[in-house]
Amino acid sequence: MTATPAIEGWFTTDPEPALTADRCTTCGTVFFPPTAAATGFCRNPGCDGETFESASLSRRGTVWSYTDAQYRPPAPYVPATDPYEPFALAAVELPEGLVVLGQVAEGFGVADLRVGAEVEVVVETLHVEQTDDGPVERTIWRWRPIAPARAEEVVA
Amino acid sequence: MSDVVVAGAGMHPWGKWGRSFVQYGVHAARAALADAGVPWTDVDLVVGGETVRNGYGGYVAGSTFASALGWNGARIATSYAACATGAQAIDTARARILAGLSEVALVVGADTTPKGFLAPNAGERWDDPDWLRFRLLGMTNPAYFALYARRRMDLHGATSEDFARVKEKNSRHGLHNPHARYRKEVSAGEVLASAMVSDPLHLLDICATSDGAAAVVLCSRDYAERLGLREPVRVAAVSTVAPTFPNTVIDMPLLATDASGGAAPARTFKESLADAAYEEAGLGPEDVDVAEVYDLSTALELDWIEDLGLCKPGEAEVLLRAGDTTIGGRIPVNPSGGLACFGEAVPAQAIAQVCELTWQLRGQATGRQVEGARVGITANQGLFGHGSSVILTR
Repeated sequence: MTATPAIEGWFTTDPEPALTADRCTTCGTVFFPPTAAATGFCRNPGCDGETFESASLSRRGTVWSYTDAQYRPPAPYVPATDPYEPFALAAVELPEGLVVLGQVAEGFGVADLRVGAEVEVVVETLHVEQTDDGPVERTIWRWRPIAPARAEEVVA
Repeated sequence: MSDVVVAGAGMHPWGKWGRSFVQYGVHAARAALADAGVPWTDVDLVVGGETVRNGYGGYVAGSTFASALGWNGARIATSYAACATGAQAIDTARARILAGLSEVALVVGADTTPKGFLAPNAGERWDDPDWLRFRLLGMTNPAYFALYARRRMDLHGATSEDFARVKEKNSRHGLHNPHARYRKEVSAGEVLASAMVSDPLHLLDICATSDGAAAVVLCSRDYAERLGLREPVRVAAVSTVAPTFPNTVIDMPLLATDASGGAAPARTFKESLADAAYEEAGLGPEDVDVAEVYDLSTALELDWIEDLGLCKPGEAEVLLRAGDTTIGGRIPVNPSGGLACFGEAVPAQAIAQVCELTWQLRGQATGRQVEGARVGITANQGLFGHGSSVILTR
């Protein structure tokens, strides 16, 4: 089965994947999602820049906060499984000074997270889409805890 | 600056009534006009809060309400600012009155809302963050509320019991409010026993969506005098400021914040909303007697208390546990029962906050009165950099 990103140009899919930002070549501000270049204007109010370059964001960051989705979100969310299985979500602060949302990697839940814990970006399957050319795996960036956040719970 | 007076306030009860938003809006408008003693033919400006779920009539809400009340030649305007729609509509009316261009304005917001999670508009919209957050992340509104709630727990030691106690308090506040949808006491235990939606928030921590309508009649000081209003409630401030770059707190429906570049702003967006209102009114948090804040979740009420400067960051739970935010306490919050008892009717909600404060400041909030209230503040935040804070004084 072929695998393609669920959205083009937002993250790389090499063995050490990273989120892709647009960096203003005038003031150096990075923007994620990388939609600043297409819009064509820098959103820093003190900058009149109109040119951007792609920049990989740091692969590791710290958890700003986290939660989960115990009920199936409404469309356009496409459930990965039937019956629905809850998944966790995290907002992660990167060294560049921005907070990026993402689902939490498969196999990890809210009990594996805490504010300030270190996570890294991984690429996993979001869902499988049926196309005219057969099933296609759509991939997405996710946050994976680096170390067990709550050692006592892991032991237990 | 001369004042703008709140001459009248009116609502259609919140609920799920299965009728048109126009009926709710006209009901609220007529109630506000009757409360003010102002004939509809005197109104020279109608500002409607736009609803995006009711077709063309909703997009031109000001015109829809004016037409339903019977064309009277008034000027009409329609505002849209997501959850802050009602405050922006009030601001539009207030600005024309302050400029001397209008004397009596009717501001109306009304909505019908579907059950369950609020979902984005239909269609494949790969350039719309409100669509992408569902498609790529399954990020619902309660999930955003849950992020803020969890941060309170991990940073300030808030507990699920604290959040549940906010609901318990608000359910008691709204018990005798004739406009509230839910008028039933809910215990903290019932909140904790309700289904977990987005950890740590339970179903009863999260506000519902409702049908409802609210309206206010605003007028100039001169008109108020001719009307014979003594000691009227006045609009001391309407803040609808935008965030300042870099906005470093994740906001619904965005997938990321701005990059701080190492320099975090002095105030968060929500803090700046209140700060601008205080500055405009020439008042401070110490002057506030009562607050109506946007409790989309129980935990968010605690955030707002701090954003309004009513206590230091991380101390809202202390106020809650001491009963300070309960009616009869030092600074009652959401005496109306808040969204916990109303459920959200987007374009009406910020107007409903102003209605409640009007009744509070007049001493007419039967069964939920904050004794001696002279200064009230509202707080509210919507999508895409919209938010509001209104200060009323008497």
